[in-house]
Amino acid sequence: MMDTLGIFFRSIFIDNMVFAYFLGMCSFLAVSKNVKTSFGLGIAVTFVLIVTVPVNYLLDKYILSEGALSWLNPKFADVSLDFLSFILFIAIIAAIVQILEMIIEKYSPALYNSLGIFLPLIAVNCAILGASLFMQEKHYDTVFQSLAYGFGSGIGWLIAIVGMAAIREKIRYSKIPKRLQGTGIAFIITGLMGIAFMAFLGISF
Amino acid sequence: MSKNMNLITAPLRKANPITVLILGICSSLAVTAKLKPAIVMALSVTVVTALSNLVISLLRKGIPSKIRIIVQLIVVATLVILVDQFLKAFMYDVSKQLSVFVGLIITNCIVMGRLEAFAMSHSPWESFLDGIGNGLGYGSILVIVAFFRELFGSGTLLGYQIIPQGLYDFGYVNNGLMILPPMALIIIGIIIWLQKPEEEK
Repeated sequence: MMDTLGIFFRSIFIDNMVFAYFLGMCSFLAVSKNVKTSFGLGIAVTFVLIVTVPVNYLLDKYILSEGALSWLNPKFADVSLDFLSFILFIAIIAAIVQILEMIIEKYSPALYNSLGIFLPLIAVNCAILGASLFMQEKHYDTVFQSLAYGFGSGIGWLIAIVGMAAIREKIRYSKIPKRLQGTGIAFIITGLMGIAFMAFLGISF
Repeated sequence: MSKNMNLITAPLRKANPITVLILGICSSLAVTAKLKPAIVMALSVTVVTALSNLVISLLRKGIPSKIRIIVQLIVVATLVILVDQFLKAFMYDVSKQLSVFVGLIITNCIVMGRLEAFAMSHSPWESFLDGIGNGLGYGSILVIVAFFRELFGSGTLLGYQIIPQGLYDFGYVNNGLMILPPMALIIIGIIIWLQKPEEEK
């Protein structure tokens, strides 16, 4: 139990998707212009991560990794389908995003209206595939740990993008050198926020 | 001919995918702490963009537009698997350093962006050149960032000592901040700052 909680907090603060690995930067920089939309995108990313990471974990554990197929037949104990993981992960992510979109549209039109436009974008958001690939590399023991990892990464991304959007809303009123306006200053702010997040490095779980 | 040359040179400066279009920063800044992985990453991305542009451009008349994203993803993922297997076979240590970032080329916005914006509507040869140009434009920024980070962060280039020992004796210290990921973003910010006036002309 403590492990699972540890993974959750670690993935929010220390292994933050944006600041430690630069994942999901494209949408991070493009959408973080106002707080409301970035909050919507953050929620959508978290939502997709909660579903895709555990699904990919099961896929990895029971089909892809070395010896995983032995539940089917002991003869398959040394078969490894590792090389297929990229293509299967991305296919699963694309499919789940599509299904989520349809489910949300059917059962919660209000949520669909606020998230809808972001969902197709998310299929190619690096943070989603990145989380699955990191999950594969970290070899978690149970599906709950991978769930905690997905959830934590999503929350970490949400915090990062909302913080960034809040800063960018305020910075409109400050004097910035002309050439740095727009993207230049956005990069530098992200860098500074990243340095601030480094402060969490000392915490150990 | 000059039009084709332009396809390669434009992405290097005027239409640079990173500093001007802000695409594809996602997957690979984390590999810029040292020069060597950055160069390998730059080459891998160039290969994937060029070949996927070529393949999609050859297939472009046969792909129904409704499922084009899936088709593109599959083509890109296949190429990335090839690159990944190649790196694992011939450059194992670098492939360990790059870890998941090779896989993340799949979701690199440059690859998808060029497929959507260029390869779907141009001939195979042009698309191939466009892919090479964009891959190099992207790679050049990676290499520049990695150059400064390795030089100031560890005093080496490609693993060779560059800063002379005398300087260290004199009290020079490597800048540990350069090794940390956030500095990559700040360096890109500065590159954008320096590049801006030249495109206004």
